Amino acid sequence: MSAPIELPKWADVSLVPVLAVIVAFLVAGLVVLGIGESPVRASILLVQGALGSGEGIGYTLYYATNFIFTGLAVAVAFHAGLFNIGGEGQATMGGLGAALICLKLDFLPWWIVLPLAIMGAMAFGAVWAFIPGWLQVKRGSHVVITTIMFNFLAATLVVYLLVNVIGKPGSMSPETRVFEASAHLPYLHEALAAFGITIPQSPLNLSFVIALVASFLVWLLIWHTKLGYAIRTVGHSPSAATYAGISIGKITMITMAISGALAGLLAVNEILGVQGRLLLEFSSGYGFIGIAVALMGRAHPLGIILAAILFGMLYQGGTELSFEMPRVTRDMIVAISGLVILFAGALDGLIRRPMAGAFARLLKSEG
Amino acid sequence: MAGQAPAISLSSIDKRFGEVRANKDVNLTVARGSVHGIVGENGAGKSTLMSILYGFYEADRGEIRINGNLVRIRSPKEAIANGIGMVHQHFMLVEPLSVIENVMLGAEGGAMLAKGEAKMRAALAKLSADYGLAIDPDAIVGELPVGLQQRVEILKALVRGAEILILDEPTAVLTPDEAEQLFALLHALAGQGKTIVLITHKLHEIMAVTDHVSVMRRGEMVATLETAATSPAELADRMVGRHVLLDVSKGPAHPGAVRLTVENLVIRDAHGSLKVKNINFSLRAGEILGLAGVAGNGQSELLEALAGIIQPTLGRILLDGDDLALTAPTPADRRTHGVLHIPEDRQRMGLVSAFSAAESMILGFQSEVAFGSGPMLSTEAVRAHTETQMEAYDIRPRDPSLKTSKFSGGNQQKIVLAREIEHHPKVLLVGQPTRGVDVGAIEFIHKRLIALRDAGVAILLVSVELDEIMSLSDRIIVMCGGVITGERTPETTNDRDLGLLMAGVTERAA
Amino acid sequence: MEIYATLIAITESGLRLSVPLIFACLAGLWSERSGVVDIGLEGKMLAAAFAAAAAASATNSAVIGLAAGIIASVGFALIHGFAAISQRGNQIVSGVAINMLAAGLTALVGNAWYAQGGRTPPLEGDARFQPLTWPGAEIIDQIPVIGPLYAHILSGHSALAYCALIATILSGFVLARTRFGLRLRAVGENPAAVDTAGVSVTKLRYAAVIIAGVLCGFGGAYLSLGQAAGFLTNMTAGKGFIALAALIFAKWRAWPAFWTCLLFGLLDAVAIRLQGVVVPGIGQIPVQAIQALPYLMTVVLLAGFIGKAIPPKASGLPYVKER
Repeated sequence: MSAPIELPKWADVSLVPVLAVIVAFLVAGLVVLGIGESPVRASILLVQGALGSGEGIGYTLYYATNFIFTGLAVAVAFHAGLFNIGGEGQATMGGLGAALICLKLDFLPWWIVLPLAIMGAMAFGAVWAFIPGWLQVKRGSHVVITTIMFNFLAATLVVYLLVNVIGKPGSMSPETRVFEASAHLPYLHEALAAFGITIPQSPLNLSFVIALVASFLVWLLIWHTKLGYAIRTVGHSPSAATYAGISIGKITMITMAISGALAGLLAVNEILGVQGRLLLEFSSGYGFIGIAVALMGRAHPLGIILAAILFGMLYQGGTELSFEMPRVTRDMIVAISGLVILFAGALDGLIRRPMAGAFARLLKSEG
Repeated sequence: MAGQAPAISLSSIDKRFGEVRANKDVNLTVARGSVHGIVGENGAGKSTLMSILYGFYEADRGEIRINGNLVRIRSPKEAIANGIGMVHQHFMLVEPLSVIENVMLGAEGGAMLAKGEAKMRAALAKLSADYGLAIDPDAIVGELPVGLQQRVEILKALVRGAEILILDEPTAVLTPDEAEQLFALLHALAGQGKTIVLITHKLHEIMAVTDHVSVMRRGEMVATLETAATSPAELADRMVGRHVLLDVSKGPAHPGAVRLTVENLVIRDAHGSLKVKNINFSLRAGEILGLAGVAGNGQSELLEALAGIIQPTLGRILLDGDDLALTAPTPADRRTHGVLHIPEDRQRMGLVSAFSAAESMILGFQSEVAFGSGPMLSTEAVRAHTETQMEAYDIRPRDPSLKTSKFSGGNQQKIVLAREIEHHPKVLLVGQPTRGVDVGAIEFIHKRLIALRDAGVAILLVSVELDEIMSLSDRIIVMCGGVITGERTPETTNDRDLGLLMAGVTERAA
Repeated sequence: MEIYATLIAITESGLRLSVPLIFACLAGLWSERSGVVDIGLEGKMLAAAFAAAAAASATNSAVIGLAAGIIASVGFALIHGFAAISQRGNQIVSGVAINMLAAGLTALVGNAWYAQGGRTPPLEGDARFQPLTWPGAEIIDQIPVIGPLYAHILSGHSALAYCALIATILSGFVLARTRFGLRLRAVGENPAAVDTAGVSVTKLRYAAVIIAGVLCGFGGAYLSLGQAAGFLTNMTAGKGFIALAALIFAKWRAWPAFWTCLLFGLLDAVAIRLQGVVVPGIGQIPVQAIQALPYLMTVVLLAGFIGKAIPPKASGLPYVKER
């Protein structure tokens, strides 16, 4: 029982997450049934809402952008055997970093402000994850608990700053002034219009491209760099890492920083892309859903993109669905995420064990 | 009472863990009121056998009789009910709790602690009077020295009315003084009719304290002897055993300059217990120095300290006269200085089982320019390198992308061997190179090591296989209890002589 | 005198705010002392708050509401137990899942049933746990200094608040003085020791997880039936995590947990009170600084800068017999 359950690789990366999602949807379907609506109709409405129109697709990809960032953040940490549960806080701090740059420098042209703001978001997110990593290495406090606490610390810090320091003067609502146009990351429909291509309007912005690039870079980092090799060695076998002369402490801190920087990028989509100002709770749970995305995507960037699009569909489709079926609110998606985390994460033995048995029987009957 | 029935009688015990058959058709009879030793190397199956007796595992097959009665022991609870107590090698104690709480755990005598506690205190007081097992019942166990912690374990068993007491490597953590006290206690207990089973790999303990001794090797019970009628040499002989080795043909060595010098090396483990006690030796280019010894006598720690994985407490390690602690403190530095290491435990250290063969092939060398410039890792270069190595070392199947864990033991070892040898060692540290390796691969590995010696590499070979030591080494040193008990050459020694040294008997055997 | 009245008022509200923390913290204590890490306190309380409010609104009985809350919370606890104990899954992952599942389901079902944006209908009368007024409280209140202490600190809380005190007494007693408590303390430190002593690790841990569920049930029911008059979306608002912080701060002990939760509750009351207030000589105290204190103190404590918080040794680790 203690040995990991061995499955063929293709089954591990595709079948297990797909089955976990199917089980999660079946349970969710029961819930929909329980509140007196038809799960089938709900599913159709959901898919229509998500993919039935250009605008819907735009929204789906806009949400997916957030999930790609937080999913990658969780996944990178997974590879080093770390559980970064602090995506929320790191994204919040990322927003702060981006906003500080914009507030100070948005009189400058976009080609200076935007790169700086993006780097600001990454740097703040990175620091907010690095500290828990550092505390684990140097002081022995576990990353999981520290990152939870850091989520709340980030939230209170940003509230304080918005209320007392960087908030819009003369306004009661806790948010900054709207940034100048030079600090606005173009919407995709704007960007493509420059090339004469017209697509429906949606909040989908160039962050999506950044997310795809980030996915590629993470893939490159994990499987095609020496650092990535070291990260995976630490994650798979700390004793082998020690033998190989890889410093576990150093890798832990670096990995946490990278993970935090990725979570910080969420702010690029929300703050630079859509809101154009810093406001409260823009991370609204994306950080936690990133855990579901990473588990479902089996910590591989390609899997994460697919899982993120699925969750983007759920978010967008769920919004549309709640117009058509007011009884099924978007909270459904949070519940489904919980179920996916449960079945693809903590209870994946329920899926893997019978599958491993089935494969073993299959092999026996063949041989 | 079945007066003459043995206290314990095990017959045809079989136990399998996945692929490994930990106990093969084991028989054992232990007379009441005796101290019975079970010796064998690490992994010989002693602990598994005793865990079966204690109900921690259930045997796949076989019978257990206690005092002549056939019993089924499916849990420690049933073992306790049958009068069996066990002192585990890793104490089964709850450190933040007090002595009395630890002793009571599982035998509380009621839902509320207060009543049982009074009784238990009385019982402890009586035991302490009977056997001189004095202990403060309110002391926190984690704050006690290990000797006293062990006493708590023994008390736990006695309080539950154990008539049979199993001790698994009880002296591993004790000082010599504490060990003496323990042996006195075991004699006293046996004198009162209790039956003692002592598991150990230290032969002098067997000689000192037991009435009978059973030898296990690779899951099998190979002999049961009267202690008075045997000798450490004979036991060592039977413990280590031999498998048929193809004769290794090698020419005379041509040792060159001294490469590696170890001066007054002292090593403590993470728990602070002394593993290597002030040893000195040197290793020349172009020779194989065999380090023999029963597993667990400090060889592993020595090897890891030489490789830079653990830091010695005292002493120096010199490479070509330079202190490695200064010039190359980390494992990565040692590598660049030409000190390469084939670790004893390839699963845990030498490889990453979840990696592909190609990825395992560069473990420790991942930063080299050959495998990618700057920060990048070139999968093509790694793959090509692995393909070449697989060809050169005949690693099968020849699939660099196959998961490391899917290779056989011999092929896994060849991956490690190829990796280390191909990086041009000046000094090669080799730990148990043929453990869990098939015969064909053994021959291959041995030939490679000889060829390497002939090419002028200084090789330190740590092995528990005497035949391997005898056939490969140019010089042999033997470790026992963290010290070097002797140095020999293969021509001037034999198994019996080495066995004595391994048992810590330093006088020259006749 | 006005300052005294303010102090009494802050303490009174601090006590109320600390009640759910105490329940959740004790729940975490039981679970983690047995070796099961529980970051799903938040979710269990939320589920309980909803179930309690829904049942109370349907039956107009606070007691039935409480029972429903406990059942819901124990249900979630059993999911966590199954994942952590039987399936040997990752306990952190399972806890995260439970939090999300509870947050999603309560909001979803609440909206579907009552169509009030996730709220339950407001509860009144017998559907709530009303403050219990101790004999003569109103008259004694008139006595200077001591009067308000009796009337507002001792008297005037809902039955569930007194239950929090009883739960602390019981937890402390059972852990320290009973067979079950001894075994539980042992299993979180060294399950192998318990196993070799012939006691089932699995049963002990399930028992602990169920107790955690019951306590979270009380905590959730207090939120929706005692403190508030009905359920609001995400009404736990991080209390489960503050309780987790308090648990660490209390070093996994019952009475220190109680006092830490009181402290954190008081801090919260002070923060609310100080909102927008200009303190003479100091100026406006940032409320957020006070709100951040529990988290900050926990981080500092965990990092060993002041004292050292060492969790039960086996917490978070599934028990697997070793070879």
